[in-house]
Parts: sequence; C-alpha cells; structure tokens
Amino acid sequence: MPMLDLLVKFGIYAAMIISIVAAIGVVTLRSLFHAALALAAVLVGIAGIFIALRAEFLAMVQILVYVGAVMTLVIFAVMLTERLGDKTVQQNNQQSWLALIGIVAFVSILARVIMQAPWPIQPQNANFLVDTAMLGKVLLGPFVFPFEVISVVLIAALIGAIVVAKGDRK
Amino acid sequence: MDALFVNLKQSMLNLAGVFLPEWMTLITSMAISMGAIAVLGPVIMMYLTLLERKVVGRMQNRIGPNRVGKFGLLQPLADGVKMLTKEDIIPRNADPVTHLLAPILIVAPALLVFAVIPFGRNMTAVDLNVGLLYFIAVSSTTTIAIFMASWGSRNKFSLLGGMRSVAQMVSYEIPMVLSVVPVILAAQSLSTNTIVEAQSGWMGFNWFVFRPWGFVAFVIFFLCGVAECNRSPFDLPEAESEIVAGFHTEYSGMKFALFYMAEFMNAFTISAMTVTLFLGGWQGPILPSWLWFTLKTFCLIFIMVWFRGTLPRLRVDQLMGLAWKFLLPLTFINIFVAGSWYFASLPVRITSSILILGVSFWIFTQLNKPYVREKRFYDLAD
Amino acid sequence: MLIPLEHYLIFGTILFAIGIYGALVRRNIIGILISIELILNSVNINLVAFSRTTAISPEVGQVFAIFVVALAAAAAAVGLAIVLALYRVRKTVLTEDINLMKW
Repeated sequence: MPMLDLLVKFGIYAAMIISIVAAIGVVTLRSLFHAALALAAVLVGIAGIFIALRAEFLAMVQILVYVGAVMTLVIFAVMLTERLGDKTVQQNNQQSWLALIGIVAFVSILARVIMQAPWPIQPQNANFLVDTAMLGKVLLGPFVFPFEVISVVLIAALIGAIVVAKGDRK
Repeated sequence: MDALFVNLKQSMLNLAGVFLPEWMTLITSMAISMGAIAVLGPVIMMYLTLLERKVVGRMQNRIGPNRVGKFGLLQPLADGVKMLTKEDIIPRNADPVTHLLAPILIVAPALLVFAVIPFGRNMTAVDLNVGLLYFIAVSSTTTIAIFMASWGSRNKFSLLGGMRSVAQMVSYEIPMVLSVVPVILAAQSLSTNTIVEAQSGWMGFNWFVFRPWGFVAFVIFFLCGVAECNRSPFDLPEAESEIVAGFHTEYSGMKFALFYMAEFMNAFTISAMTVTLFLGGWQGPILPSWLWFTLKTFCLIFIMVWFRGTLPRLRVDQLMGLAWKFLLPLTFINIFVAGSWYFASLPVRITSSILILGVSFWIFTQLNKPYVREKRFYDLAD
Repeated sequence: MLIPLEHYLIFGTILFAIGIYGALVRRNIIGILISIELILNSVNINLVAFSRTTAISPEVGQVFAIFVVALAAAAAAVGLAIVLALYRVRKTVLTEDINLMKW
C-alpha cells in the first residue's frame, strides 16, 4: 500500500533528522550532562534506523549496550568530574571555525561521490530475514575467531578499567 | 470466551473498516492495541496500589483503606485526584528541561514493555521476533531517566539516592538477562508467544519452572526483577527512613504520581514476564487464557507485596554482594546445566542437574558468609 | 528498499562529520569521548546499510556491527577510567590544562 509506505518513509526520515539534530546538540551544548543526554537520543535514533534496515537484533543490542550501559558509564563520569564553574567556561577551542569549514567540505565532496557512484545493489537482499539464529550460526561459524578475541578484549577492558580507576590504596 | 478480546478487536476493526480507507486498517489495529494498553496500564497501577495497601495492612494486623467506596475500591481515584491537585513545586536551582523530562522518560519504557506481553492466546500487541530482548533493552533505559531525575533536582540526597538506584539497577540487570538464557535455549526463540507455546503439553509439567535449571532461573529472575523495580527488600534508594525519598525527593504532584506509576507498572511487567517465561504464560485447563494469565500474574504480584510486608531491607553492601557474588556465578552455572540438559538421558540429567545446582548453591552460600569477628573476652578486675 | 542506499550513506557521513567536528573542537575530554562514540555509530550505520543492499550475505555486516558495538563499549569504559584517574591527579578535565609533557 503506497500510503503506508509513505508513512514509513516519513518515519525513517524523521528518525534521521532527529538523530542529526541531537548529534549537533552533542557537539555544541555547553553543559556536558545535556550533551550526554543528546547522545542517548542519537543512539535511540540510530536504533530506529537499524530497525528500518531490518536488523532488529542489532537495534535491540544497540539500545541494551549503548543506551543502557555505555550512557550510564558516561553520565557517571560526567557527574564525578563536574567542575563548579563549567557553565561559564567556553567549551569550543579556537579551531572551531576551521574545523567547521573542513567538515563541510568533507561532507559535500563525499556526498557528491556517493550520489554518483554505481552501487552494485543485490535485489534479493531486501527481503532476506536475518534472525538471531542465523547471527548465532555466523558468530560460531566463520566468525568464531573474532568472537573469542572480543571476549578477551572485553575481559582486558574490564580489568584495565577497574585497575586504572581504582586509585592508590594508602 | 477464550477469544473474547480478539473478537472484540476484530469487530471494532470491521466497524472502522466501513468508514476508513484500506490502508488505515493496520493503523487502526495498532491504535486499538495502543489504546487498550494506555487504558490498562494506569488502571492496573491504580488497583495495584490499593492491593498493596490492603495486603500490607492485613499483614500488619490492620485493615487497609476502607472508607472510600466499599472495601476501599475507590481509594485509587481519591489518590489520583489528590496527586493531580497538589502544587507542583520546582526547586529554584533545578535544571528545568531535565527536571521536567525525567518523569516522562521513566514512564515511557514502563508502558512500552506492555507491547510484547502475551496477555492471552493471540493477544500479544506486537509479536516481535526479538520480543524478549526488546523487553530487556527497553527496561534498561530506565537508568538514564533516574540519572536525569537525580541530577535535575540539584539536591545532594537526590544525587546520592539516584547513584545508589542506578548502581543497584545496573548490577541486577546482568543476572536477570543471563537467567533468561536457559529459557531461550529451551524454547529456541526470542519471541514471547513462541516461548509460551514451547511450554505446552504434559498437563502443565512442561513449564520451565518445573525443571531444575528453570526453577533456579525463575527464582533468580524474580529476585532481580524485584530489585529492578526498587521494591522491598531492595528499596534502599527510595525508602523514607534511608535517604528521604531518593531520586524523587524533589518531585510533587503529578510528576511524583508518574514515578509511582512507573514503579508499579514495572512491578506488573516483571510479574507478567516471569509468568510468560517460566510459568507457562496463558496456559491452563478450563478457564479462558487471559483469565489464567491474570491469575498467575496477580499471584506473583501478591508474592512481591508479601516480600514488602515481611522482609527487612537489605543494606547497600549486602545488596551489591548478593548480585555480584551470589546470583551472577549461579546464573553461569545454570546456563551450563541448562545446556547440558539436552545431551543426557532422562534420569541422568535430572539427578546431575539437581546435584550440580545444589552443590554450587551451597558453595556460594559458604563463600558469601559474612565476616564474623571472634568473640572477645574481657578480664575485668574484681 | 523503501529508501535508496545513498540516503543511508549520506546520513552516516553527516553523523561521522559531526563526530569529527566534536572530537576536534571540544575542550572537555569526556566531550571528545562522546564524539568518538558518535563516529563509531555512524560506521555501524554504514556497515548495516551496505550489508542489507550490496553484500553477498546480509548477516555478515550485522555481525561486524555487533563487534564494533562491543569494542566501542570497551573503549568507552577504559577511556572513562583513564579520565577519572586523570581527574583525581590533575583536578581538571580540560585538554588544554593537561600539558605536562609538552615541550
């Protein structure tokens, strides 16, 4: 039904625009707590785009890991390192205008290249149902080595973070 | 009788289909489901508050509220009117956007979870194929709203209560998620409908709670769910004698009503999920499926209120120790036992799983014994 | 595909550019870390968009994206631990004040 497709397209574009507005908020808001909350909004928007791309498991994992855990970590760090005078301190350094020009140039060149490149689209992929069982088989099949390595990385990160943040015992 | 609500919704859709164009059918169906949930959620919350007050009152040898309406049945309406008409006090230093958004963002996940609960046969609002993961993911976003509430109030007690609450919720999420893994192994799907249907047959003995690993997983999931809702005995972050009221100290009126509503809706969804995952969902012999679901859920909610009425509160170090040192290793062993359940014959697997789980439970209780100082003897001069 | 591939890619590019702007411009270290999280998420969007449209097998991109999520979480954890240790010693989180090793 074309009307439902239109509504879905409107929804996807709305998620994209909300994500971009929130991302601009992440890099420009003066108060760091508000920037962290804007990052949570971006992450939820990106999870919406994942659902639009029919990657539901990844969307749920994104919300669980990023919004549930990483944002908690970031907000704890923001709260523990807050300085009292931070409201009046300028939070952009002198390179802001140069950086702005640089990234506008970068985005425009890349967007032009993207719109003109002939992408080899495989039409049978559009309706392929990727469910969790298939992802599990791939993770324990061809990708078992990165899977094991990433478990080692996570243990190392866990132990490293605890040791670094613990401080000295007198 | 069993398909009462399904037929009701279908007749409403047919009625709407007379007026509306073709493409609006799906949207109308979604709107009916959403309307039902939006009505069901707060009404359940209201009557849960009444249930809690009356049951806790009976446990404390007194009658609960019984003035407003017969048996106090209109008490929640009176409470609602009271909360609506209270003055909305905002501290002067509070961060306006954060302070305002926090109650909204804490009610939203509590309501969103209602979409994957199977209330009866074919009565799931949205049958996602990652339904269980959706439940876990959405209920883990509550931590951000609690941070916002505690930070936006600019109050040291709020901040402290908020940090404790977040630490508790994050610690208890991990055993909760891991204790569900054996259920996913057994049902081979993440969809809540499929999990309920995988427990069918055998006159109810196929429910996951009757298997050794399922029983341990049920207890762990229920305990972690009670901790996630910040209810007794895990209500250190918000008990009145502890830290004023924790992260919702500075809220009054309708905003406090939203926090209260979120807590009770969370309690309902945790009970509903426990029933779905372990107790067979809507299955039962004679009565309609939605009635069985309601009865089982209310049994579990009664057990939650029972905990509140009888158990003392846990201290913060006991709380964290329980999650990290006791429940988490037990869930790992539970996953191992559940995995090996499918590879052994019937008598071997029952005895071996009960043996392994019993031994590990005993080991962890021995390892977690509190430190007892040796008794001192005083030599007093006579 | 309701939306052509190029739109997803341009969305990813814009998020990437905003993340790089944040990483270059912010003075607070935690601000730089959250901009890096934004960059990693834009990469995830690219991966999943490509896997849905042009890949031979569509689940590989999603598995790759799961690895990126896990690694980004680990990086955030260790980075924030370092920031906390730094704050304990130097009592500041602004990048300009952490210049003991500058010549």
